[in-house]
Amino acid sequence: MSDGGCASRSIAVTVNGSVCRAEAPVRLTLSDFLRQTLHLTGTHLGCEHGVCGACTVLVDGRAMRSCLMLAVQADGHQVTTIEGLAAPDGSLHPLQAAFCRHHGLQCGFCTPGLLTTLVEFLKDCPDPTAAEIREAISGNICRCTGYDSIVAATIEAARALRGDGTTP
Amino acid sequence: MKPPAFLYHDPRSIDEAVALLARLDNARLLAGGQSLMPMLNMRYVLPDHIIDLNRIEALAGVRQIGETLRIGAMTRQRDIAEHPLVRSRLPLMVEALGHVGHRQTRNRGTIGGSLCHLDPAAELVAVAANLDATIEIVGPKGARLLPMAEFALGFMTPAIAPDEMVAAVNLPLPAARHGYAFLEMARRHGDFAIVAVAVVLTLDPAGRLATCAITLGGAAAVPRRMAEAETMLRGAAPDALLFGRAAATARAVDALEDAQVPGWYRRQVAETLIERALATAHRRAVAANGMAS
Amino acid sequence: MTVGGFPQARVLGRDVPRVEDEPLIRGKGRFLDDIALPDMLHAAFLRSPHAHALIRGIDAAAARALPGVAAILTLADLLPCLAETCLKTAMPSPSYRQQLDRPVLADREAVHVGEPIAIALAESRALAEDAAAAVEIDYDPLPVVADCLAALEAGAATAHRGAPSNLVAEMTMGFGDVDRAFEQAPHRFRERLRIHRGGSHSMECRGVVAVPEPVEDRLTVWSSTQMPHAARRLLCDILGLDENRIRVATPDIGGAFGPKLVFYPEEVAVAAAARATGRPVKWVEDRREHFVATAQERDQYWDVELATDADGRILAVRGALVHDHGAWTVRGVNVPQGAMGAMPLAYVVPAYRIGLKVAATNKVPVAPVRGAGQPQGVFAMERLLDAAARGLGLDRAEIRRRNLVPPDRMPYATPLKTRGGIAVTLDSGDYPRCQQMALDGADWSGFPARQAAARAKGRYLGIGLANYVEGTGRGPYEHVSVRIEGSGKIFVATGAAAMGQGTRTMLAQIVAEQLGGDLGRIEVITGDTAAAPLGLGGSNSRQAVMAGSSAHVAARRLRQRVLEIAGQLLEVAPADLEIDGDRVRLKGVAEVSLGLSAIARAAAGQAGFPLPEGGGPGLFAREEVVIDAMTYANGSAVAELEVDIGTGKVTILNLVFAHDCGRALHPRLVEGQLMGGIAHGIGNALYEYMVYDENAQPLTTNLAEYLLVTATEMPPVKILHMESPTPLNPLGIKGVGEAGVIPIGAAVASAVEDALSPWKIKIDRLPLSPVEILALLNAAKARDSL
Repeated sequence: MSDGGCASRSIAVTVNGSVCRAEAPVRLTLSDFLRQTLHLTGTHLGCEHGVCGACTVLVDGRAMRSCLMLAVQADGHQVTTIEGLAAPDGSLHPLQAAFCRHHGLQCGFCTPGLLTTLVEFLKDCPDPTAAEIREAISGNICRCTGYDSIVAATIEAARALRGDGTTP
Repeated sequence: MKPPAFLYHDPRSIDEAVALLARLDNARLLAGGQSLMPMLNMRYVLPDHIIDLNRIEALAGVRQIGETLRIGAMTRQRDIAEHPLVRSRLPLMVEALGHVGHRQTRNRGTIGGSLCHLDPAAELVAVAANLDATIEIVGPKGARLLPMAEFALGFMTPAIAPDEMVAAVNLPLPAARHGYAFLEMARRHGDFAIVAVAVVLTLDPAGRLATCAITLGGAAAVPRRMAEAETMLRGAAPDALLFGRAAATARAVDALEDAQVPGWYRRQVAETLIERALATAHRRAVAANGMAS
Repeated sequence: MTVGGFPQARVLGRDVPRVEDEPLIRGKGRFLDDIALPDMLHAAFLRSPHAHALIRGIDAAAARALPGVAAILTLADLLPCLAETCLKTAMPSPSYRQQLDRPVLADREAVHVGEPIAIALAESRALAEDAAAAVEIDYDPLPVVADCLAALEAGAATAHRGAPSNLVAEMTMGFGDVDRAFEQAPHRFRERLRIHRGGSHSMECRGVVAVPEPVEDRLTVWSSTQMPHAARRLLCDILGLDENRIRVATPDIGGAFGPKLVFYPEEVAVAAAARATGRPVKWVEDRREHFVATAQERDQYWDVELATDADGRILAVRGALVHDHGAWTVRGVNVPQGAMGAMPLAYVVPAYRIGLKVAATNKVPVAPVRGAGQPQGVFAMERLLDAAARGLGLDRAEIRRRNLVPPDRMPYATPLKTRGGIAVTLDSGDYPRCQQMALDGADWSGFPARQAAARAKGRYLGIGLANYVEGTGRGPYEHVSVRIEGSGKIFVATGAAAMGQGTRTMLAQIVAEQLGGDLGRIEVITGDTAAAPLGLGGSNSRQAVMAGSSAHVAARRLRQRVLEIAGQLLEVAPADLEIDGDRVRLKGVAEVSLGLSAIARAAAGQAGFPLPEGGGPGLFAREEVVIDAMTYANGSAVAELEVDIGTGKVTILNLVFAHDCGRALHPRLVEGQLMGGIAHGIGNALYEYMVYDENAQPLTTNLAEYLLVTATEMPPVKILHMESPTPLNPLGIKGVGEAGVIPIGAAVASAVEDALSPWKIKIDRLPLSPVEILALLNAAKARDSL
């Protein structure tokens, strides 16, 4: 436990449904653990100070900045990254498909953080207005798209997730 | 931009955490980490020990005790905003939390972390000051209660000893039919406030102001209750002119200055926002009391 | 958007799915920081905390002794690996008065906060940062030059010790008898302007991985650069290696927007460190470094004057421009030159003269950021036109309509020349109609009623307009090769660099149009010196125009050869054949067909057998279409906004952007480029401000203090399209990568001025913060109460 404190610790984190055990230096952030230790490089680092949102992952279903968590804090928790969004058969999550259809990504660097943020948001708010979507992604900076295409993609994905109507 | 080396501790109880605090030199408590982690990544702080409070279950939760809401220090901002008691009895808190960061930071950030960081521009700090919160502090000598006015000692300086920690905040609930408003001027949605204003007021049956609390956040080194304005308003018949006069007391505030925002700007915007917040809170109080406005 | 430009086309002009998306959307992209190699060292740079200081000594003994540290290298330590110690990256210009080539690492004098002094190499980035923090440097602070105006005053301290002055370059751009025009003009309007732009802030910062291959003495350098071929040439010069020893390749790039076209000291230091240690070395710039080490744009001061006749027709423009250059010449004088060149471009200006002075300061070097000076030039011109409209009692749209280059004068030869001495001739477009589209889209004529209604409720609305003309597609060429291999798959390689804009999709589309229409059969390799012998890379909204033209010509030539061989093999006339997917078919007779694979194998030949007639072996076409002249795109932006006079906050309510970039190859990509530029323009207008104090210490070095626009700050945006194909290239296309950013600041300033017109406030600067707006209001109210 805690008495002497530790510089490194053996942890077990369930990432995208699989238990991953590894030795983690305690100063390693969750983002670096995912990227370097587990080689899940889809989670990106845009600022490492909790502003840009590129590193957002789901921890126990909630969107969080993985640069602002230590890997040891994820011990025993469930983490979902961009690599875990598609179905096991490889078919894209409705948000992923809608992003492609609406040109919701250009360079693709901020995209993983936007997608994880929106996965959580659409669970909380399945039928959002454009303004609610903008508020939900206000902690994710995209320098390429100007956001309109992302908002449009999210509206379409929400419709698909609710099961209303067909998507193209 | 990687954190410096430190030793890590994750106690499971408040007693254990307090014991660690007493024993370790140069230790920092890690709550939600939404301020401490950036400072660690940038190496602005170089602790020898990190004591992580996230595994102490007793620190989280919201409950009502009489006419007070007790919120555990490690309760996440998002859980506070969604809590039915908060939503029904403390809409000021819900409105304020709408301005706090973004959903990813509210999912992780805690009320205790926010109060201890004591950024004068933090919304939760202004809310606690406006509600006359009492802070529950634990240390080697046991627990003590400190009014928010005494807790906020100075710029980003809470009145806690190095071997103490905040366990909870007690928020007296406003009367059922109160009016409230939380307004702020920030550059972008979710940014720290340049100036924030929290107002809670109640009306007597004649529609006069029975009680009124006004707090300025961001403007001064610590959250500032506008006592002169509150006195001016108490017992008075509300109107736009009066609200304007009350807001004008902001001109005397000893305002923060920084490279981008001069003090005069904070004073002037404080005056604007107090006037608007009073009008909004009054309108809501009138509606809550079923009065004709 | 409707498809206009390529009505007969199969894939051109259509919103086909992007070829880039599949890996990116799954988190399977390969960005620089995703490269992990066995035995790789991680680098951190030790950077100057001083804006200007002598370096008296460097003591790295304690740092070298830390666990996991492989080396701490200073310039002296790298010397055995270096043939040169400076980066000669300045483009030619007769305007220079000083040569300021920056060193690989600073060794005697540091001239801006963030300048690299030593590189620490360790088993992890955290350990490398520990080591860098443990290096002791003995500095002797020197006087600091923090402002470009003050820099040019007599007796000012110099940004470089021993320099004769801070004047880096000076030039005059212009034509016509300006002074005579001013003497005779009935009306003159003068504006003194301060324009600030910040950084590009691509979401991915820079990075380099250098991999030494000692067996053959080769070096592979992965760099997030916009210009891999230029980077290779510079690495060869500095490391003293032949081009066949170095491969520079770009992985996926997470946005660039200008500054990644510069070649940086870190690229050399990492490459040299890899050669010195014999191990792969990775350095990834973190966001804080990006603020102090990656080129940015910054301050310009304009003092400009406009002469008009009584009807508001422009007679002449003149003025002076002082430009903050930063501490080193990392690209040249192209940013201020671009600003001066852009200023008069949309209008008929009979006489024009701007004098430029470029000043060295102890700040991060200045190089192009999306727009590259053009937003500043447009701002200066549009501010003058607003002043003239006010002075002459004309509607702001009307004075512009009277002066825009009319369509019946196209092509319109201006007397201006580009930086390479090439004549500036506006090639196509209908500027007045484009402006009218924007005005109609924004209901310009209905605005006075909206404004009056709002004012009656104590709300202050304003509307503003700005026009731009942008030089795009800078030549002289871009390399493209197209090859069909024996599998029938098509490979395209180019010197163009993809930075996230959809460059691969654009090239695949152009090639697919000629070779079967199936983008899925085409692989495009960009930004790799091993795949393309030549390349100029990404800048100046040039890649669709230059690489696109080369791809089009190469693919057409290859198509002819494919049909010729197929005709021989099928014994039909080539003209009766078409390529559909991976097969060549006889038109109207589906059964008669031949796979591209078989044709490619026939073209590859077999030993001892004759080749198909009429051409050489292989299905391969290489092209570098040479076009010196730039093609000029144009557009008009209208912003409607509200100013909260209690807080100074500006909320943009509506933005209309009408533009003409010739034929749109992929309408959705065009809109994506414009929207990103518009968001950047809103940032430049209202949010982004790189603040330095009087000691040239940067104060906004994180994304909480340097404000990038998020989704909640974006207004509703309506984009309207015109298509005036250019005669200059075979596809009739113009560049669009930077257009969105160019007029936004000017339109917003015009609208804020309009909103505050009750107080007769003039807007003379960008960005506009709420503090500045409230200060202007307070000053105006104080003046009015006197």
